[in-house]
Amino acid sequence: MRTDQYNGHDYYLMDELLSDEHKLVRESARAWVKKEMSPIIEEYYEKATFPKHVIPGMAEIGAFGPYIPEEYGGAGLDQISYGIIMQELERCDSGLRSTSSVQSSLVMFPIWKYGSEEQRKKYLPKLAAGEMIGCFGLTEPDHGSNPGGMITNFKDAGDHYVLNGAKMWISNSPFADIAVVWAKNEEGRIHGLIVERGMEGFTTPETHGKWSLRASNTGELVFDNVKVPKENLLPGRSGLGAPLSCLDSARYGIAWGAIGAALDCYDSALRYSKERHQFGKPIGAFQLQQKKLAEMITEITKAQLLTYRLGQLKNEGRATTAQISMAKRNNVDMALKVAREARQIHGGMGITNEYPIMRHMMNLESVVTYEGTHDIHLLITGFDITGESAFK
Amino acid sequence: MKILVCISKAPDTTTKISFTDNDTKFNEENVQFIVNPYDEWYALVRGLELKEAGGGSVTTVTVGGSDHDPIIRKALAIGADNAVRINTEPQDGYTVAKEIAAYAEGKDYDLILLGKETINYNGSQVGGMLAELMGLPYVSVASKLDVAGDTATVEQDIPAGKQVVEGPLPIVISCAKGMAEQRIPNMRGIMAARTKPLEVVEPAGAAPLVTASKFSLPEDKGEVKMIDAENAESLIELLHNEAKVI
Repeated sequence: MRTDQYNGHDYYLMDELLSDEHKLVRESARAWVKKEMSPIIEEYYEKATFPKHVIPGMAEIGAFGPYIPEEYGGAGLDQISYGIIMQELERCDSGLRSTSSVQSSLVMFPIWKYGSEEQRKKYLPKLAAGEMIGCFGLTEPDHGSNPGGMITNFKDAGDHYVLNGAKMWISNSPFADIAVVWAKNEEGRIHGLIVERGMEGFTTPETHGKWSLRASNTGELVFDNVKVPKENLLPGRSGLGAPLSCLDSARYGIAWGAIGAALDCYDSALRYSKERHQFGKPIGAFQLQQKKLAEMITEITKAQLLTYRLGQLKNEGRATTAQISMAKRNNVDMALKVAREARQIHGGMGITNEYPIMRHMMNLESVVTYEGTHDIHLLITGFDITGESAFK
Repeated sequence: MKILVCISKAPDTTTKISFTDNDTKFNEENVQFIVNPYDEWYALVRGLELKEAGGGSVTTVTVGGSDHDPIIRKALAIGADNAVRINTEPQDGYTVAKEIAAYAEGKDYDLILLGKETINYNGSQVGGMLAELMGLPYVSVASKLDVAGDTATVEQDIPAGKQVVEGPLPIVISCAKGMAEQRIPNMRGIMAARTKPLEVVEPAGAAPLVTASKFSLPEDKGEVKMIDAENAESLIELLHNEAKVI
């Protein structure tokens, strides 16, 4: 098994912009990844299973809702700390980061922002401790980029609601204890409902045959006349803006995470280019390989600067949806390109699981599509700068 | 039990080493510092384990300027109750030992733990000097430590095997591999470290006994010569005439 020698890359001395606490958060997350995850990630990727036994450890390093206030079991950290944790997790594997993103931004965030005080107290401490795992149901078989067209719905049945419909491409669904589900009421207004495993008529079939995010479990959420108690409706906000605000938070985490995947590919490629000799010298001494490496670190550095600034804006509550879209789109695309170039530097070795490159590359094919596709994010920027919507 | 753990900083193990001031000082520019691993992994964590098992407190003490605060916060995040920083630059092993002794004297620590050495200077001096200055017993390079009543039982790795020694508290012990397992600071610890006390005290003013006059890097490793397995004579000839090791 390959030893994880990663130690970060900071070409523009960005560390000087971080607080000591940010660096400690990063050091802990990185040390945990190296100790608990790096030795097993390839095995779990191959088995196409999420390593559930690491959930308590993820909670320990703050992977679940680090920015949630302490009174609800969170760590009360800032948005840059959240981003740093996402980066360190995705440096190992996008699937690991996905589980954390979903729990933090798509389950804890809406309960914190839009839930009742009772809901916050009931769910958030357990979610923060990893004693409960959540998932998020927005995407449907026929409604991906157009979530507003959803057909999942609920009807008022007196003392409870009756929920019907289906969601797909749901990270964590096969083993989640709860699902935050977005569905339309009888007036067609979108609301969030907390659906618990074990409710009659609620099933979570797993999606098999993925060539991407294999170390993360993905599935469907099927609702067949599920009786949902009325107190499980999120009272604080309705309309499509509610789930989209959750996506803003998750996409922000992805922007950081993708840099992690890119850094790991670059790190591996740089090391390999110094070790691998051809024609009597290291391949890193050849211009074509240097071009690849130089471009990689340039693009990574640009993404680091963009994302740090986004983190500052997020801390101040000023980051816009469009700014987050730009960072998510740019960084995932950048990471994919870095992964492909890194694969070439590794030659044939790059296709094996001796190196993390192909795994990152395959993962990133999901990341470039989920939480708003590469194209949709471009349209969000287009809409923002022209005032003209090109979605329909 | 009142435990004092001496914590120092060391460059991260991947640091590119260079020197300044005419090769008399280590160049700290852009160097990432960590808690000296022997202080952290073994001394601090074993101190915490003993406190968790038998009650008491763990205080860390560091000789250094405010640039040491990040590593002190890490020690607090791992679980130390409070920290003391003696506000002067460490100059040699003696100044560090003298400053710590001046601080610890009269404070009734039962156990003073520190790493067997720092990973940058590998001096292994502070423990012995500290014990002598305080008039306490000292056990070096301990790989196991237990305390029962007023007696510390310490295991040391020695070339032929292991040696077990006992000594009365208070005692100074330098810690090596085997003593404890690494603890990664968790989020609760990092949060708690924000508010744990870090007391800055002024130095007693110890003067160094020695000063570094020159640093240099090791010579580059030579090229590897591959010798055919069939050709043992050539290997012996090279070891004899070129490497001059046989």
